[in-house]
Amino acid sequence: MTDFSHHEPGASGAAAESGVPLGSLSTGPVEPDGGAAAPARSPGAEAWRELRRKPMFWISATVIFVFLLMAVWPSLFTDIGPRDAVLADRWAKPSAEHWFGRDLQGYDLYTRCIYGARASILVGLLTATLTALVGGFLGLIAGYMGGITDTLLSRLAEVFFAIPLLLGAIIFLFSFSQPNDGFFKTVMSIVLILVILGWPSVFRLMRSSVLQVKPNDYVQAARALGGSPLRIAFRHILPNAIGPVIVVSTINLGVYIASEAALSFLGIGLQDPTVSWGQMIDEGSEQIRNAPHTLLFPAGFLSAAVLGFIMLGDTIRDAFDPKSR
Amino acid sequence: MGKYIVRRLLQMIPVALGATFLIYAMVFSLPGDPTTGKCGERNCPPEFVAAFNEKYNLDDPLLVQYGKYMGNVLQGDLGEAQSGLPVSEELSERYVITFKLGGMALAIEAVIGILAGIVAGLRKGGFLDALVLVSTLFVISIPVFVIGNVSQLFFGIELGWFPVTVPFEPSLFDLFMPAMVLASASVAYLARLMRSSMAENLRSDYVRTANAKGLGPSRVVGVHTLRNSMIPVVTFLGYDFGALLGGAIITEGIFNIYGVGGYIFQGISDQDGIAVVSSVTVLVVIYLLMNLLADVLYGVLDPRISHD
Amino acid sequence: MTSLDKSTDVATLGHGDAPLLEVDDLYVEFHTRDGIAKAINGVSFHLEAGETLAVLGESGSGKSVTAQAIMGILDMPPAVVPRGAVRYAGRDLLTMSPKERRKIRGPEISMIFQDALSALNPVFPVGWQIAEMFRVHKGMNRRDAQAEAIRLMERVQIPAAKDRVRSYPHQFSGGMRQRIMIAMAIALNPRILIADEPTTALDVTVQAQIMALLQEIQEESGMGLILITHDLGVVADVADRIAVMYAGRIVESADVLPLYADPAHPYTEGLLASIPQLEQKGKELYAIKGLPPSLLRMPDGCKFNPRCSRAQDICRTDDPELREVVPGRWSRCHFAEEVLGD
Repeated sequence: MTDFSHHEPGASGAAAESGVPLGSLSTGPVEPDGGAAAPARSPGAEAWRELRRKPMFWISATVIFVFLLMAVWPSLFTDIGPRDAVLADRWAKPSAEHWFGRDLQGYDLYTRCIYGARASILVGLLTATLTALVGGFLGLIAGYMGGITDTLLSRLAEVFFAIPLLLGAIIFLFSFSQPNDGFFKTVMSIVLILVILGWPSVFRLMRSSVLQVKPNDYVQAARALGGSPLRIAFRHILPNAIGPVIVVSTINLGVYIASEAALSFLGIGLQDPTVSWGQMIDEGSEQIRNAPHTLLFPAGFLSAAVLGFIMLGDTIRDAFDPKSR
Repeated sequence: MGKYIVRRLLQMIPVALGATFLIYAMVFSLPGDPTTGKCGERNCPPEFVAAFNEKYNLDDPLLVQYGKYMGNVLQGDLGEAQSGLPVSEELSERYVITFKLGGMALAIEAVIGILAGIVAGLRKGGFLDALVLVSTLFVISIPVFVIGNVSQLFFGIELGWFPVTVPFEPSLFDLFMPAMVLASASVAYLARLMRSSMAENLRSDYVRTANAKGLGPSRVVGVHTLRNSMIPVVTFLGYDFGALLGGAIITEGIFNIYGVGGYIFQGISDQDGIAVVSSVTVLVVIYLLMNLLADVLYGVLDPRISHD
Repeated sequence: MTSLDKSTDVATLGHGDAPLLEVDDLYVEFHTRDGIAKAINGVSFHLEAGETLAVLGESGSGKSVTAQAIMGILDMPPAVVPRGAVRYAGRDLLTMSPKERRKIRGPEISMIFQDALSALNPVFPVGWQIAEMFRVHKGMNRRDAQAEAIRLMERVQIPAAKDRVRSYPHQFSGGMRQRIMIAMAIALNPRILIADEPTTALDVTVQAQIMALLQEIQEESGMGLILITHDLGVVADVADRIAVMYAGRIVESADVLPLYADPAHPYTEGLLASIPQLEQKGKELYAIKGLPPSLLRMPDGCKFNPRCSRAQDICRTDDPELREVVPGRWSRCHFAEEVLGD
């Protein structure tokens, strides 16, 4: 699979700009007439107003909510256990009783799809949060401090950036994890390597947002008034630079879910007793001729989850970006 | 321009060293016995382990090992695989195929992505724009290995349009479906990038000037908008080629292609450290060189970068 | 309707005596998601050869939109021109086919913009961009067009034009870039030049140089010049007539000197009063209170009434017409005579 994080899907959205409501509707210099426009709202409130009226936002939020529920409380969706096998019915086609049919082991595919959500959602959430924290924090420092700190951190980020995400993860997991590791340890080592290789994309974004915000007058004013660097960074710069980071982290959450699935698909992520979509797809792909449903259903679940997060990130970005209206 | 290239080359060196060292460290220093599985089910006899360690300088500190290894690499010696064959021999054969695959994917990406982006960007908010936006969103969301398996199922098995797996010495046609699969996500990203770039430039002051000069629509779009819109796109393409090579590992696996991806994967499961480190090192260097090329192209397309 | 002068009568006389440019009761709206923004509401004026008309107004008063409507470079949609006419030598530009219009835009009527850095294409050399006028409209070959470009760069007093013809816009200073814009605009000897805030982005000393250059070119070529600005200082020296715009309409129009000496509209009065003057040193500087109205929600009655110190009840209910107060002086105010008398 293509190394998603290197595309920096959100980078083009850059920092959300403060809206010039009428300026956007004509060719060029219809003068940015603040006064002639609708009453000013804060960018956050404006974006929320914008979000609420988008069906895409509600659709993706619902999809994500359902998957979260699946991850936390799978028995809500199915009475069958993930390991209740009826070997005689292996590869059974979808039916009224077993909506998705059965797989190679005779497991109920619908149940397995439900239980598969947990690993994916956990990896996605943890990785996205940690990369946002690590990349965001280092990006804030690099952008704010500048000079040698910036140079060193930027070079360091480039080093990690130069290693293709999936390839690096494969090597790391092969060296580091054992096949008989438990669920938690495997999830954690996947999260760890994805964070190690994934933080530079957030770092770059945060750094460039900070560099955009830093020359603004209010930051200069806070400096001139003698605010401590820490206070300026967190009180004045962070709130104005964090928007794009949240957007990209949401999108990347989907990307990390896909990466985990890819690793499990290759047989080096989550292993058998744990249920995971990637591994189900791997099994299904081997039976692609006589039981394509064992491939298609988990693939559908995985894609829906990834789509949910990417769509959410996309709509949030559009809502924050006045140019797209 | 020359200065600019030299400066970027010099900046690349520490990054390349850092990245390859990280890979080296991951393969050779993390827990796990590199000789595992080399002597069948049993553990290896001490003499074997000693000889193995000697050969790969495994008794030296990690940095020294790496230094010795890089010294050899710089002289063109990528080491020997477990099989005893030089890694460089195997790699040169396999890189040809992977390059073919990556190059085709890049060409597909460029053609489809740019065209779709132009169509969407020209009529932002129109039907084709919506179509491009929705379809790219779906393509981005479906992981490549799912796209690969499903297209293998439909276009290979059900419809029989393309070979299900790729022969040992593939023709361009044999590689077409895998290249499409490999390019899929990139096509979608590129189309979106081109779209927003076009739409943004169409609103720019200099396009308004071009209109004020009384130029026809084809000239306004074709000359004054397109060139500017291509700047981020060409950069993206340059960066993406390396990513495509890295992503080939899955595509090659699905379609059974005799390329670098398969070699790396084989090397990892055989715990063949040298084979893995050498092939990934080459990959990282290619990736960085392509980034450099992208930066140079950026400078060529945008005089604000290269002309002082 | 709100005819600014005798232009409507003149138009009926036929092509021969038609003014060079005549804007007649022009409306422009922007259809946005939040509603219809009425950017221009019945603007009429005319321009003769060799004449300089200054269009004065704040940001959002519709002066730039007027210019773009004349040029035909409004983005449609969202812009819509529901009514009105723009007649060039008697022919209505708005009803022309796009192809016909392109023959006028550039060769006959051309325009320069406020920010030359963004108005010039960053990826082409300046000489190429000037030469493009000759290549597209005159079918000239590359080399001849390049020679013409050098001649024009010399004409606008760019030093070492021969060496700089291959430079890119970002390699010039702001003043030089604006000269290049001017060179491009006058390339085909247009009969009308519209200058949209040509000096706003420049230093004061450079402003004077650019204005002098424009004036010089105008005198030499006899073209009509529409100078769009918010800067009263720029206008005084250069313009023959002034049209003051507010909320998408002309609120006062007159020759320069009478207007400066004795404005006939409270808005113009306010604008003039807010220019800092040496003899008033130490006194508080005057500022018009409030903000221009939203184009989406215009006030009832006179559009200026919420900000007007002279506003009476009638101003809040009845929208005044633009009328000739004394010969040559037009004002859109119920109390124009009083304003003029003060």
